Amino acid sequence: MDYQTPLAKVRGLGSAKAGTGHFWMQRITAITLIPLSLWMVSFTQQLLNATHQDIIIWLSGPLDTTLAVVWVIAAFYHAALGLQVVIEDYVHTEWIKISSIWAMKLTFLFFGLAAIVAIFKISMIG
Amino acid sequence: MVEFALPKNSKLQKGKEFSAPKNAARVKRFEVYRWNPDTGENPRIDIFHIDLDSCGPMILDAVLKIKNEIDATLAFRRSCREGVCGSCAMNVNGKNTLVCTKAIEEYEGTIKIFPLPHMDVIKDLVADMTNFYAQYASIKPWIETQTAAPDRERLQSKEERKKLDGLYECVLCACCSTSCPSYWWNSDKYLGPAVLLQAARWLEDSRDENAGERLDELEDPYKLYRCHTIMSCTDTCPKGLNPAKAIADIKKLMAVRQQG
Repeated sequence: MDYQTPLAKVRGLGSAKAGTGHFWMQRITAITLIPLSLWMVSFTQQLLNATHQDIIIWLSGPLDTTLAVVWVIAAFYHAALGLQVVIEDYVHTEWIKISSIWAMKLTFLFFGLAAIVAIFKISMIG
Repeated sequence: MVEFALPKNSKLQKGKEFSAPKNAARVKRFEVYRWNPDTGENPRIDIFHIDLDSCGPMILDAVLKIKNEIDATLAFRRSCREGVCGSCAMNVNGKNTLVCTKAIEEYEGTIKIFPLPHMDVIKDLVADMTNFYAQYASIKPWIETQTAAPDRERLQSKEERKKLDGLYECVLCACCSTSCPSYWWNSDKYLGPAVLLQAARWLEDSRDENAGERLDELEDPYKLYRCHTIMSCTDTCPKGLNPAKAIADIKKLMAVRQQG
């Protein structure tokens, strides 16, 4: 039997006092990604007709290395924030939801770090 | 997980068909959702052919005609018949509306009438509003003050009062909330556009002194931030209000409070 009042159910455990940071960072990363992605598109377009040596020289430039790293951080962060929302929307079993959000976040962190390591490796070692 | 298909006991069946009188000149076909909790049967669609020459102009008139003259067992809510009570919210041809403010003439062909989407159905066109009303109560839709009550009315300038325009007109019919996919998936935790518009109404009220506490209560990934600006709420509101903007204004207050 369930004698809990509708108001008790709605009020639940109260407000999580969170969400504004997530909302804000999703917008900040989205706006940041507009110019960064334009740069990324033009950069990858050049890669199509470049030799391996050319690519290493371009990516070793301090500005291009920085832009590539910033793009990776912004894109992976933005994607993780977005996927978190999708999981929260559609997965309703609490333990599956929490564990899949963390699995997704850690996966993105791993691939993001791997991308940054790769960029530095090309930039520093060639 | 979200259910994308109807459960077995919700699958629609073919219902009864009632034809119009033989001498009827202007006949309109209505398909109406029927479900009776007492029979144990699946919901069905009844078809009513109605003579528009002996029927009032609005969809509510047709629904009343069905109940009064054709099938008295049809259950639905209605009261004011002029768009101020918010009782007769239904889904007509796929869009939520107050059937008392919608003319039959506005629709071509068959008119399909269903209860508000994704709500538990009590009977026929009557949706269970318990959770919706509890959510409304949870945002404390009344003035809250710290200052001792004055001897006379609490004053408000014309400019301050103007800020409530577009918010106070809401009749809580739930058309917006039940048109919102985010509310469909998470109505147990997401407050939905109607209740958030009311929350914005009290945040905007110059006489209220508890804006901070109100924002504290709303700051939650589900209560507020399940709104993904889908805009179905604004699209469907039969009163022409803009709940999506009211929610955006609350998000703006949250951001300003944290970043400002």
